[in-house]
Amino acid sequence: MNAVPFAIDVAGINKHFGDKHVVKDLSLQLKQGEIFGFLGPNGSGKTTSIRMLCGLLTPDNGRGTCLGLDVLTQSAAIKRQVGYMTQKFSLWDDLTIGENLDFVARMFGMKERKKAVAQALTELGLEGRRNQLAGTLSGGWKQRLALASCLLHQPKLLLLDEPTAGVDPKARRDFWEEIHRLSAAGITVLVSTHYMDEAERCHRLAYIAYGTLLASGTADEVVASQNLHTWQISGEGLQDLTERLRRLPGADLVASFGTTLHISGKDGDKLKGSLEAFLQGTSLKMTAVAPSLEDAFIHMMQGSRDQFQA
Amino acid sequence: MNGFSFSRWLGILIKEFIQIKRDRLTFGMIVGIPIIQLMLFGFAINSDPKHLPTAVVMADTGPFARAYVAAMENSEYFKIIGSVDEREADRLLDASEVQFVVTFPVGFHRDLVRGKTPTLLVEADASDPMAVGGAISVLNHLGMEVFAPDLPGLQRPAAAPIELRVHRRYNPESLTAYNIVPGLLGVILTMTMVLMTGLAMTRERERGTFENLLATPATPVEVMTGKIVPYILIGLIQVTLILLAARWVFEVPMIGSLALLYAVVLLFICANLTLGITFSSIARNQMQAMQMTFFFFLPSMLLSGFMFPFRGMPDWAQVVGNVLPLTHFLLLVRGILLKGNGPALLWPHVWPILLFMGTVLALGVKTFRRTLD
Repeated sequence: MNAVPFAIDVAGINKHFGDKHVVKDLSLQLKQGEIFGFLGPNGSGKTTSIRMLCGLLTPDNGRGTCLGLDVLTQSAAIKRQVGYMTQKFSLWDDLTIGENLDFVARMFGMKERKKAVAQALTELGLEGRRNQLAGTLSGGWKQRLALASCLLHQPKLLLLDEPTAGVDPKARRDFWEEIHRLSAAGITVLVSTHYMDEAERCHRLAYIAYGTLLASGTADEVVASQNLHTWQISGEGLQDLTERLRRLPGADLVASFGTTLHISGKDGDKLKGSLEAFLQGTSLKMTAVAPSLEDAFIHMMQGSRDQFQA
Repeated sequence: MNGFSFSRWLGILIKEFIQIKRDRLTFGMIVGIPIIQLMLFGFAINSDPKHLPTAVVMADTGPFARAYVAAMENSEYFKIIGSVDEREADRLLDASEVQFVVTFPVGFHRDLVRGKTPTLLVEADASDPMAVGGAISVLNHLGMEVFAPDLPGLQRPAAAPIELRVHRRYNPESLTAYNIVPGLLGVILTMTMVLMTGLAMTRERERGTFENLLATPATPVEVMTGKIVPYILIGLIQVTLILLAARWVFEVPMIGSLALLYAVVLLFICANLTLGITFSSIARNQMQAMQMTFFFFLPSMLLSGFMFPFRGMPDWAQVVGNVLPLTHFLLLVRGILLKGNGPALLWPHVWPILLFMGTVLALGVKTFRRTLD
C-alpha cells in the first residue's frame, strides 16, 4: 500500500453487453481528494465505467479496488461509501424534497437521519420549500438536490455522471465551487463531462472513446501527449476558405473558434509550409498558438474513429 | 396556409405506423388479442354446459332406474361418473367433483309399475346457478319420454310418472350473487394486484429512479418485498370491503371459516403479485406492463368459470383454465363461503396455485437478474 492510498485503483476492467464490448481494459487510478474528469464522446462507455465503479454493474473481468474494497466482490460495501449522481435526475418526482432526502437517508441506514436531512436542507437553502414536490423544481435546483442527496451519507467518493448537463452557467459555476470545497475536505470526485471549461477545472483527466482509455493525466499532459502543432487563422472571408484549408497537406484537424480557426497537425513543419503557401496573397493572418484541450480531444476522437471504423 | 395538408397528414400517419411497428409487444397484442378473444368467445364459451359430472345413488337397481340413468347420459347433459353411497355423494358435491347427485329411492321400479308417482331426488351444486339450469329442465322431460312407452296402458299417467324433487344445494334460491360476488373478489384482486405491481416496478425503471435505488445499499430482496407488502395490504383491504358488501348488501352466506378464507385470499394475492413483479421485470415500460396484464386478465375472466360455466368449456379450454389461479380461487372461495369446506377438501385447489406461483417466481428471478446486469 502507498502512503497516499488510491481512492480508485482498477486495472484491466472489461464489460460486455451481449456481443458488444463496451469497456475495454480500463485502468484508472484516482488519488484521494482529487477531482478527476472523465471525458469522451457519447456512447464511449463513461456511464458504464462509472456504474462498475459504484457497484451497480459487475465487471466481466479485471481487478481493482474502490476505497480499498474489491470492485468484483464487495459492491455492497462500496455502495455504502460512495455517492453516485445519475446522468438523468433520478429522485422521485412525486415525493417532496424533504421526503426524498428522508428516503435516501433511510436507505443508507443513517442513525441521525432527521438531523442530517435538516442540515442538508439548510445547506441547500430549501428549508422553506421542503414540502414542495421534487418534480416541480427547475433544472438547476434538481441538480443541487441530487447532489445533496448523494452527500447525505457522507461518502468518501463521489461519482458524478454529467452532473451539469442542461444547467445554466451560474448554477454550473456554483456547482463546481461546491465540488472544489468537497475535494478540499478530502472527498475524491470522479466527474464525467462534455464541457471543456469543466475539464480544465479538474486536477486530472482521462479521455475514453469506444470503450478504450486513450489518454490520462493533467490537462497539460493530455494536450502534450497528442504532439499537436496549432495555428490560429483569422481575417476576412475565413468561412469561405474553411473547406479548402481542411484539405491542406499536413492539416489533421480544423476547428472553428468563433471568428477564428484552429488548424492543427502532427507534422508541424509540413503544415506550416502548406499554410504559408495557401495564405499567400490573401488577407488572412496566421499565428502559432498552444493547442487547447479541445484541439487535443477532437484530435483523439477523430483518431479513434478512424481506427475503429476502419 | 392553414388548410389540411395531405402530405403533412401522411407524414404523421407514417410516423405512427413506424412507432407501432417498433414496439413489438404492442404489435403482438394487436394481433393476439382479437385472435384470443375469437377463440375464447367462439369455441370455449358455452352458457349451456353439457356432460356435467353426475353421481347416482341407486337404492333401487330395477330396469326403470337403469333406463332412466341411460336416458340421462343420452341427453348429453349428464356424464354419469358412477354409482355411490350417500356419504360419498355428499363429499363429491362438497369437493365440486360432481355437479349433480341423483338418488333413486327404494321401490322406484315397483312404484312406477303400480302407477304411484315415485320421487326422484336431484341434488345440484347450485353455487354457480347458470351451470345447472339447462340440465334440470332436461330432467323434467326425461320422465315422460323414458317411462311412458314401457308402462302398461292403464297405468300410463296423464301427468309426469315421477316427481322430481330438486335440491339446489349451497344456493337454494339460485341467486347469481352467490356466484358473482366471490368471483368478483378474485377478478378485482387479479386486476389490481397484477397491474399495480407491474406498474410499480416499471415506473421506477422508466423514470430512471430505479438506478438511484440500486446505487443505495438496498438489496434486491429488500426492494422487491418492500414494494410488494403495501399491495398485499391494499389487497386485504379490498377483500374486506367486498366481503362486508357480500355479507350485508348481497346477503351471501358465510358458512366456512373466515380465517381459512383469508389464508386462501393471501395465497391468491401472493400468486398475483408474483406475476405482476415478473411482468414488470420483462416489460420495458409501463405501457407494456399494462398490456401484459390485460393479456393475462382476459382468459382469467373468461376461462376461470367466473363469467361462464367452467364445465361448459371444451377440454382444451378447461386445461388452460386449470392453469389460471383464478379458476382454483373461485372454487376455493365458493367452497369456503357456500359449502363450509375444510382444509382437506381445499387442498386439491391450493397446490395448483402454489405451482403457478413457483413457476412464475422462477421465471421472474431469472429475468430480474438479467435486467440488473
